[in-house]
Amino acid sequence: MLPMKNMTRRIGLAWTPALTTAVIVAAAAAAGLLPFVKMGLVVNGFILGSIIALGAIGITLIYGILNFANVAHGDYMTMGAYVALFMVEEALPRVGIEGQGLGPFTFGYPVLLALPVAVAVVAIGAIALDAVIYRRLRDRRVNAVVLAMMSLGVAIALRGLVQIIWSGGTQHYPRESRQVYHLPMDVRIAPDSIFIAVVTVILVAAVYLLLTRTRMGKAMRATADNPDLALVSGIDTQSVIRWTWAIGAGLAATAGVLLAVSQAQLLPIMGWKFLIPLFAAVTLGGIGNPYGALVGAFIIGVSAEVSTQWLNPSYKPAVAFAIMIVMLLVRPRGIFGGAEYR
Amino acid sequence: MALLEASEVVAGYGETEILHGVSVAVNEGEVVTIIGPNGCGKSTLMKAVVGLVRVRTGRVTFKGVDISAQSPERIVRSGLCYVPQSANVFPSLSIRENLEMGAFVRSGSHPDRIEEMFELFPDLALRPGRKAGSLSGGQRQMLAIARALMLDPALLLLDEPSAGLSPAIMGMVFDRIQSINSAGVALLLVEQNAREALRMSHRGYILVSGRNRLEDRGPALLDNPEVGRLYLGA
Amino acid sequence: MDVIGVISYSAGFAIMAGIYGVFALGLNVHWGSTGLFNIGIAGFFALGAYTAALMTTQTPDPALFEDFKFGGNWSELGFLDLGIDLWFFLGLGAASIVCGVIALAIGYVTLRLRDDYLAIATLGIAETVRLFFLNEKWVANGSKGLYRIPKFLGDWISPENYDYLYLVVVLVVLAALYAAVERAAKSPWGRVLRAIREDETAAEASGKNVFNFKLQAFIMGAIIMGIGGALFAHNVRFLSPLTFDPLLATFIIWAMLMVGGSGNNKGAILGAFLVWGIWSGTQFLPGVFSDPNFRFFMIGVLIVAVILIRPGGILGEERKVARSADGARI
Repeated sequence: MLPMKNMTRRIGLAWTPALTTAVIVAAAAAAGLLPFVKMGLVVNGFILGSIIALGAIGITLIYGILNFANVAHGDYMTMGAYVALFMVEEALPRVGIEGQGLGPFTFGYPVLLALPVAVAVVAIGAIALDAVIYRRLRDRRVNAVVLAMMSLGVAIALRGLVQIIWSGGTQHYPRESRQVYHLPMDVRIAPDSIFIAVVTVILVAAVYLLLTRTRMGKAMRATADNPDLALVSGIDTQSVIRWTWAIGAGLAATAGVLLAVSQAQLLPIMGWKFLIPLFAAVTLGGIGNPYGALVGAFIIGVSAEVSTQWLNPSYKPAVAFAIMIVMLLVRPRGIFGGAEYR
Repeated sequence: MALLEASEVVAGYGETEILHGVSVAVNEGEVVTIIGPNGCGKSTLMKAVVGLVRVRTGRVTFKGVDISAQSPERIVRSGLCYVPQSANVFPSLSIRENLEMGAFVRSGSHPDRIEEMFELFPDLALRPGRKAGSLSGGQRQMLAIARALMLDPALLLLDEPSAGLSPAIMGMVFDRIQSINSAGVALLLVEQNAREALRMSHRGYILVSGRNRLEDRGPALLDNPEVGRLYLGA
Repeated sequence: MDVIGVISYSAGFAIMAGIYGVFALGLNVHWGSTGLFNIGIAGFFALGAYTAALMTTQTPDPALFEDFKFGGNWSELGFLDLGIDLWFFLGLGAASIVCGVIALAIGYVTLRLRDDYLAIATLGIAETVRLFFLNEKWVANGSKGLYRIPKFLGDWISPENYDYLYLVVVLVVLAALYAAVERAAKSPWGRVLRAIREDETAAEASGKNVFNFKLQAFIMGAIIMGIGGALFAHNVRFLSPLTFDPLLATFIIWAMLMVGGSGNNKGAILGAFLVWGIWSGTQFLPGVFSDPNFRFFMIGVLIVAVILIRPGGILGEERKVARSADGARI
């Protein structure tokens, strides 16, 4: 995956003894369980974790800079998945672009063309919503929880919109059945899953470079650190906010398309249901910390998948929720210590 | 005409009014110190000048332009920079990134200006990749001042630059402030260490309960027995 | 529809509006009075409904309901057969206790932290409760649902007129809860809650144990929601995990409170009747307005619009009344 070692050094981990102990105990427990765990589930967990990561990074950036929990984030994912559906089913066929079963993948190259469109539409939509709605509330200097409340209204309206346009039923991208790869240790992996992992690696690397190498990315981190100081340093916080929405919503749209590919279906409720693993990952990694969200996402993804060895698979969100609650009890600031958690 | 002129400024937070009409002026190249008891509105005045607190009535002009309703970003762009008393660095950014943020209004990464800052504050040059959150109090203060100097401002506002520093470090900070001033930057200071600050100031103001109380040349205020008794703890 | 039909439909409508009124009151204790952001009302709704149903439902005839799995059946114990349906009240009590205990657990973990954690935790509880009743078929028949939940005092009145009786029951419970909540809001306890909502730091500085007050308010709201769930179970008399979808078990209740006026108990009840009226009424409209998806969309738009345009809802907060009453005493 990513150059993780490099990244952990950069965020300057302060390993407290208690945490070290906890990690050792957890690692020992995991190692003890390992012989009993099906490796295939672990691999699936990393794929699920990839999708969670794309959503969770956006939530944590928005949390860090705008200071509220964006409850509509799941529905931004849904929106992305459906905009891509519109592209592959309606728009692209009109100009003669159709197809499925591209190489080893179930989907066709129209999905690859639809993905950037979905990203752009959802990103622009998120910026527009900020201008019409959230900005007014910020100017009124409302409590952060009112912003979260507002995002609940946005979430409901977005889902309603998806249902009006595409109806409430199950849909899917045009697809063709494909063989899965058989790897050692009884691991089976679908080519689509490899696609999901590759897209995630590329996007996470891009976000990392943006945050550490570009002027706007540094300004985003500065604003998350201290919004008032950012203001008096002359940082244009309005464009920082617009960039944050664009990146967060763009990643969410991608996550939505990838989720639709991996589940082989689209449902209007798919994003809302995904909120629990998303927030669990954000909490685990420490609110406002994008690298933490990435690690949290993989922990949640792998635990949820591995739990299906003993639990009914539909309990996956409950497993994510349980991990989050345990984390809040043990170390509410998250593994890597996020911003303010109180 | 004064570089900065705040006249009859009324400002506050929510329903509370802190400043009931304060007037302060800073001329080109001058060091001016504001002293006064806790809660007299010194910090609020600074925040009102840089646009963090809304000016309700009264006027603030900088270089002859009314800035009382301008955004902090525009005020910074026009050459007025500010160092808050606490939380004045970006803790998760490196020293170099903090300095880059000081020059955000001008695109680019400004390596030359950063080198100049490293010459002025050699401590910062030792490990420019270090996170500001891991710096000592004195180093943070220097980084905060350096960040505010990145744009080569005409006027620098410093809110209690010596707060919480050891006497040795404090002496060094005051020394830097003087060299910044001798490079032509005007300074407006709020200081608890009033004696030290007035000694290097051209002029000083005393605020009490959100109103002007006294105004004089720095040394004259130091010699004023009433000031000494009431505000300098002599 | 003839006149009788209209009246009988109105009774059915009013029962649901009244039950939603109970939920809106509970949510007002959370959000309106204390600023607690609960987006998993459906969890307490389902817990209350299932608990009451399991307490009161008798095992159905296996011949009629093939493969019926059911963990309740306590009413056959028979020791409380006092001629009136005491089990109904036990169900109500059990529903409120279960919801209160769950609220205590989640609140204990999250209420020391930022407000948003509570929201996420309530969302998690709602989903976990739904998954529990869906997968653990031995408890309440899984996705096939729980049938034949008994009517309260069902023997007293003919089935076609039963709605009028149950409407009275719902309104009595609603009135009692309103009185209790109103009393609590005007007590010193309620004033502390408002102080916490306005400025938590200041409340903390004046020596109030903010965490305890928030926890108490969270439990109190959850108990009210549990009672609402119980009332609902005895009205529809059939429960399945699908009953508790986020729209009708969480979102619409938010719309009710926001429209009526958060922070105002009268507003909560007014909002419940109004929004439920619009929701039920629009299904008779022609064209797009009766489209459930359009109505779903409008619930979201309604919440957004109220916060932007009229944050106090129709009635606004009753804050000044409380303060002047306070002042008069001094």
